[in-house]
Amino acid sequence: MLDVDITRRAGAFTLDVTLAASSGVTAVFGPSGAGKTTLARCIAGLERPDSGRVALGGEVMFGPDRDLPPHLRGIGYVFQEPRLFPHLDVTANLLYGARPGTDPGPVAEMLDIGPLLGRRPGGLSGGEAARVAIGRALLRSPRLLILDEPLASLDRRRRAAILPYLERLRDSGTPILYISHAIEEVARLATTLVLLQDGRVAASGSVGDLLSDPDVAARLGPDQAGALIEGRITAQEGGLATVETPLGQLEVAGVDGPPGGRVRVRIRAEDVIVARMRPEGLSARNVLPCRIATLRAGQGPGVMLRLEAGDGRLLARLTRRSVEEMGLAEGQTVWAVVKTSGVARMDVGR
Amino acid sequence: MIALPPEAWDALALSLRVSLVATVAALPPALWVAHLLARGRFRGRWLLDAAVHLPLVLPPVVTGYALLLLFSRSGPLGAVLEPLGLGLAFRWTGAALAAGIMAFPLIVRAIRLAIEAVDPKLEEAAATLGASRWKVWRTVTLPLIAPGLLAGATLGFAKAFGEFGATITFVASIPGETRTLPSAIYAFLQVPGAEPALAGLVAIAVAVAVGAVLVSNWLAPKVAARIAGR
Repeated sequence: MLDVDITRRAGAFTLDVTLAASSGVTAVFGPSGAGKTTLARCIAGLERPDSGRVALGGEVMFGPDRDLPPHLRGIGYVFQEPRLFPHLDVTANLLYGARPGTDPGPVAEMLDIGPLLGRRPGGLSGGEAARVAIGRALLRSPRLLILDEPLASLDRRRRAAILPYLERLRDSGTPILYISHAIEEVARLATTLVLLQDGRVAASGSVGDLLSDPDVAARLGPDQAGALIEGRITAQEGGLATVETPLGQLEVAGVDGPPGGRVRVRIRAEDVIVARMRPEGLSARNVLPCRIATLRAGQGPGVMLRLEAGDGRLLARLTRRSVEEMGLAEGQTVWAVVKTSGVARMDVGR
Repeated sequence: MIALPPEAWDALALSLRVSLVATVAALPPALWVAHLLARGRFRGRWLLDAAVHLPLVLPPVVTGYALLLLFSRSGPLGAVLEPLGLGLAFRWTGAALAAGIMAFPLIVRAIRLAIEAVDPKLEEAAATLGASRWKVWRTVTLPLIAPGLLAGATLGFAKAFGEFGATITFVASIPGETRTLPSAIYAFLQVPGAEPALAGLVAIAVAVAVGAVLVSNWLAPKVAARIAGR
């Protein structure tokens, strides 16, 4: 649907990206300075690539003999700052790019901004303004919605409060390009992941595959690594949810939602313990038999293990010394131990 | 009511007409030049900036003389306009031109400050919402700078209303045609026993000037308030 193949030089930095995004959420993930925003701005027409091609749904937006101005591209853009029009109230902001006669009601309801409609942007909190900005871009009925770190200016608590709205947005069907340097946002929202580093695509593929790939994990940084597991809630009891996953049954704390609902859980590699024999008398509730698929030593003291159980995958990060003393090797069967609280609140999503 | 001789009322009416025409005519080019100076990135911007400020620092009599050279019957512009009946020298329209040129730097300055206060990121956001450049200007830029525009126009009106040196040099002081309020004050100064009329005209001139500065200073901070979204 979105086809990008562009280069852009600015000083010593070169952006050279080829990517194809289909429907759903495509996350462009990378550290600051990787060129994420430049890429997004080139796609939206706010910056000009030196050469290449940008096409959306088969229509060329930028090419050798074409450079559509941003207002004709049909691409909605949510910036890092809300950029609300200060002289207009919330309703007028929401309807700025909408067709005449559009009712802001449904979108306002989805984003819980109904009570703000008559207010001026100057009096809104950061989280409220971010939601209005998302609604404004959505009401423009874009063919593609670019979210350029829309949560970057918010603190952790407010970010957590907005993520459920972004999940609703994802489920509304508009194709989304989500720019982020926060892995937990990517893990919750994305279907496809593009890893950008130094202006180039370092890896791309389905988010589940990439996040459980030890090579990619090494690029993310050891404390960012963690496998993404999708499952279905089968029971909720006393704040503890039982989730049916490809790995087997997991008991997880902090998962909202009724039995039958689907969830995504990211289990950090650091929160997984590995045992050669089935441990007994253990307080941890999740003990899963797995096979060591790959074992990769990094440059530091850590080793990243990719574990497979059934159709599921798990990442575990151990010290080199543990691996040596336990005599771990690829192909072995081990037991993975995951605490019920081994899942951070931010890492639980729909 | 102040008892003024009829020629004093004529001068006041003429001055109001001249300054109003001067301000309204100066606004569009001032808006354009202010935009160029605030946003334009081109060679020779400093030159435009200096040229715009020139009437503020030149002796007004020099500005008036330059206009006379350009627009007199033998001047390059006058030679074209006079046969068409559009001549400006020694006409009230010429007074409006002189007043407009003298007011121009003040109007440009106020609008330029307002434009510089507008965040271009807002205009970018409007473009991604499907607004053409013209729509962006009309619905985002213009509403945000509107108070600055009014402040500039008010100040420009006051400046035009008080203009004397360039006006009297360019269009002289013909009663009923080019004798504006300042010219009338100057004329009454030459006549013995005209002190009451003189005092009345001076009072009007002071009132307009003070009123304009007050209104302008009241409007200017509203740009900041608008941009803050309150």
